[in-house]
Amino acid sequence: LDESEQRQMTSQKTKIVAVAVALLALAYIVPNSGSFVVLLATRAMAFAILAMSVDLLLGFTGLSSMGQAAYFGVGAYLTAVLATKFHFGMGWDFWIVVVLGILIGAALAAVFGLFAIRAGGVYFLMITLALGQCVWGLAYRWNSLTGGDNGINMSGRPNFGLDLSNEVTFFYLVFAFFAVSLLMLYVLVRSPFGRSLEGIRERELRMQILGYNTWLHKYIAFIIAGGFGGLAGVLWAHTNGHVSPETVVLTTSVDALLMVVLGGSGTLVGAAIGTAIVFGLREYLSTLVPWWQYVLGAVYVLTILYLPMGLMGIPTLLRQRMRGERKKTDDPNKIASKELVSEPS
Amino acid sequence: MNTQFWIVQAFNGVSYGALLFLVGSGLSLIFGVMRIVNLSHGAYFLWGGYIALSVIHATGSWALSLPVAALAVAMIGIAMERLFLRSEGLEVLRTAVIAAGLGVLISLAVSARWPQLIGGGWIQFVAVAAAASVAAYVLLSHIPIVPIENDVLRQVLLTVGFAFLFQQAALDIWGGNNMDINPPPAFTQSIVVGGTYLPLYRVFMIAMAVAIGVVLWLIMEKTRMGAAVRATVDDAQMARGVGIDTNRISMFIFALGAFLAALGGVIGGAFLGIYPGLDFEMLPLAFAVVIIGGMGSLGGAAIGALAVGLADNFGKALFPEISYFTLYAPMVLILAIKPTGLFGRE
Repeated sequence: LDESEQRQMTSQKTKIVAVAVALLALAYIVPNSGSFVVLLATRAMAFAILAMSVDLLLGFTGLSSMGQAAYFGVGAYLTAVLATKFHFGMGWDFWIVVVLGILIGAALAAVFGLFAIRAGGVYFLMITLALGQCVWGLAYRWNSLTGGDNGINMSGRPNFGLDLSNEVTFFYLVFAFFAVSLLMLYVLVRSPFGRSLEGIRERELRMQILGYNTWLHKYIAFIIAGGFGGLAGVLWAHTNGHVSPETVVLTTSVDALLMVVLGGSGTLVGAAIGTAIVFGLREYLSTLVPWWQYVLGAVYVLTILYLPMGLMGIPTLLRQRMRGERKKTDDPNKIASKELVSEPS
Repeated sequence: MNTQFWIVQAFNGVSYGALLFLVGSGLSLIFGVMRIVNLSHGAYFLWGGYIALSVIHATGSWALSLPVAALAVAMIGIAMERLFLRSEGLEVLRTAVIAAGLGVLISLAVSARWPQLIGGGWIQFVAVAAAASVAAYVLLSHIPIVPIENDVLRQVLLTVGFAFLFQQAALDIWGGNNMDINPPPAFTQSIVVGGTYLPLYRVFMIAMAVAIGVVLWLIMEKTRMGAAVRATVDDAQMARGVGIDTNRISMFIFALGAFLAALGGVIGGAFLGIYPGLDFEMLPLAFAVVIIGGMGSLGGAAIGALAVGLADNFGKALFPEISYFTLYAPMVLILAIKPTGLFGRE
């Protein structure tokens, strides 16, 4: 190991410790902060699983999916339909629903991926948009199954010894799912498989020449992301007690993308931070003023125009800025744009 | 289901397709020329309808509302394209606009959170807004802007951000009720063709779309400007190389796209109604038109609009439960088989 590699490893360790401390602090602070914060944190953490699955595609594989709400939606609808039509998943069988939710998300992604993965760039964006709209169309129109525009109202949360209708208990459950998802995705992106995904993001052709089956790599990443989307959907349904076409609508997918870009793509933690900020702003402001959507729009515009690597990239940018200012020769504009092209790993 | 059913549904499908052509052709041209996926396009449609309502309310003239709404939205489109969709030029103005917007938001937030501080006084409000704007300007002018020209995702998210801003602004200006644009009484009659009553207004919609399509085709095929646009669609870099001002072309096309979408909003408002959320309902349909037809192709947009209009109408009439699925699934198939659309060029 040379010196820089060693430094990278220690900084990696520092980051892991920082995230673990932040999570523990969250698990301690949130339950003591009143029901508004508990519900907000629960919703944000369920959605953050979706955002992290988007980051697996966007940040690590270089695929910007505009239809990730589809997997989220099928997970949520599966949970709601099983609970209301079959009264299934309200006791210990909740865990079966969790597994089914992951499987249905992954299975849908396995089907959709066959269409989507071969497209590149803007066409991938379009085809995932179209696939998302297919699922939305079914949710919106298939009245007998999905309740159409009104959606499905669920009565109560599961009780398997642990009574999830208690908000704090439910928060701990979602928290656990979130933490485990973060850990699993982290292990995944640090694995050789994750490394080859990053290679595909940077230079797909080179990876092909090196003998990697890049299609298969992207396809598997797409399926894994779908599975996490399905899981997020199951938790989302129980968080709100209500599932409607809003869950699968185009803007849900776009929101998830924004959260990733806001926090910093390719960092996983950034996706969670982005989710927390958007949810925090939305839920806090919508209790206060009727025009919170201006703030959401402003967050979009400011993120895109001023945050090339998201919030997680600010330290790097500042460091570069300082180095650039000292030299007085480099144009900060150029530094920022160069940074965009070759992302540090 | 008799012949009458098929005639009426086909007619409705074609007239809906006429409306979709207005929305989709602009989106298609914008993509073709600028490679920008514009998710504000639905907002242009909605704003066209709302501005027309205001014009009708003020003057009583439906005919006047068409050009006024379309031109006003074209101006909005130009402002958006000049200020936000290109990173070079007008930096000071862009920063000033963002700073002013932030200033007003901060002032609004302060007066909502600490009403005793600002009270009802607009002077205090303006003072807070001005101070916040100046602070925001100073801060933002020190941060380099991210160039978004070659980053599709950032363009998409930026235009979504603007779509949200437009949506909220429309809600604040025109309220949340479903409103109707009433065309002149002459259009509300029906004509009888072969024993079937066809609403005259839908006939007008088809005629309008055909007329606009022909004019667009003439502009694209017969004028110098049109040739320059086509050259830019095919290869923007090469077009620049032979001296075509692609910068001006893209401004022209963006304005044209916004103009057409707003026109669609006015015309469509008569039978769809104008209501919050219509923007994000029209947007995916417009994308379906563009994708089926091929991005950047005018003829493709016409075919795509017709296909989507018919699929939508027959889908809703024949299999209502899966009607949107029957609309978007073909879109997926076309994209999977030929990503550039049926008539798009490589």
